[in-house]
Amino acid sequence: MDHVEENIIDNPSKEETKKRIWKILHSVNDPEIPVLSVIDLGIIRKIKLDDKIVEVMITPTYSGCPAMDFIGMNIRKVLVENGFNKIKITRKLSPAWTTDWMTEEAKEKLKSYGIAPPSSKTFDKNYLKNLPVQCPHCNSVNTKLISQFGSTACKAIYQCNDCREPFDYFKCH
Amino acid sequence: MNSKASNNAKNDLVDYTLHLADSSLIMGHRLSEWTGHGPMLEQDIAISNIALDLIGQARNFYQYAAEIINSNNEKEKRVTEDDLAYLRDTGGFKNLLITELPNDDWAKTVGKIFFFSTWQFYFYQKLIHSTDRQLSAIAEKALKEVTYHVKWSSEWVIRLGDGTQESKKRMKKAITALWPYTGEMLVPAAFESNLENRVCIDLSNIKDDWLKKIRTVLDEATIDFPDEKTWMQSGGKNGIHGEHLGFILAEMQFMQRAYPGLEW
Repeated sequence: MDHVEENIIDNPSKEETKKRIWKILHSVNDPEIPVLSVIDLGIIRKIKLDDKIVEVMITPTYSGCPAMDFIGMNIRKVLVENGFNKIKITRKLSPAWTTDWMTEEAKEKLKSYGIAPPSSKTFDKNYLKNLPVQCPHCNSVNTKLISQFGSTACKAIYQCNDCREPFDYFKCH
Repeated sequence: MNSKASNNAKNDLVDYTLHLADSSLIMGHRLSEWTGHGPMLEQDIAISNIALDLIGQARNFYQYAAEIINSNNEKEKRVTEDDLAYLRDTGGFKNLLITELPNDDWAKTVGKIFFFSTWQFYFYQKLIHSTDRQLSAIAEKALKEVTYHVKWSSEWVIRLGDGTQESKKRMKKAITALWPYTGEMLVPAAFESNLENRVCIDLSNIKDDWLKKIRTVLDEATIDFPDEKTWMQSGGKNGIHGEHLGFILAEMQFMQRAYPGLEW
């Protein structure tokens, strides 16, 4: 058996190893929104350690999100770099991913990156009404929707009526 | 249940899953024809996003169909999602006919998305309650995406219908032309009738909601509701298609047919 695995997985307790993996995964970013990690986004649902196999359960943001394969590959890569050899990535669809899982820290990061974070907390009936979206540049809420669909599946295009800047809005989902 | 009955139930479940996969794939593939040709940049992006969502949903269904097929035939060659999308011919496809219709102009395209996504919206709302956990999970995921498709397409139907003389004329023409393709959405195929209602959905339960939503949007678009007695097309779910499907498949499947197993 590979001694590296034994050192990492057997010596520290399972809980400690899991904590360490969560920490490692903070370095895996969304390739399309590089300021956010897969943890900020809530893509990692669970980490299981079983018989020296690390199982990472991920959930897609959108059914057709082309970044998912890439994200899976990067998770594998970073874990291998940290001495884990047996890695299993599983996709879990339910419960369906929601922007509610996005951390507050993530929302701040999005805003400073120039993307307006989701404006309402839960995916309720109101999400279909055009809720006020704050301009990430000048903070005005006097903004208008240009298109419900943007440069990636998760974003819409808005424009600020005050500073006139167009910006991306991370849709409630 | 004896093994023959259990096999039949599995086959019905595969057909049902393929029907949903095929409808999403063909609709998504058709809409992707607009990529790079949209009437304006934002709408080009919008329709490409909708196409992407649909193809993603199709992949989820194909992966599940492949899983059920493989659990059936352990000795035979294992089937993949790609085999199902790229190596079946028109007679094997169970997509709704409306999804294979040519895009024509923008009014016809948004009309197709409007009828189809509204159907998906109510369909998935019910499918979430399926006792089949994977179908339920795919529906739960897809519903969120489809909700935006309904909103986007409804707004376009209203904008064109209640727009200029020319846009109204085109939107009316599109609704009239598409209407006969909506009938089969609400009529169960044999594989649907065979499956227990706890697994698949009872289409009669979504009919009223679907009609009501269509009526509300058409009213706002100042377009007359189509004649409900119109003769309806059917056959898509049973593999009987118009000539359009063959052309889509020829384009979509060419690479896999010419170079089997090709990967990017």
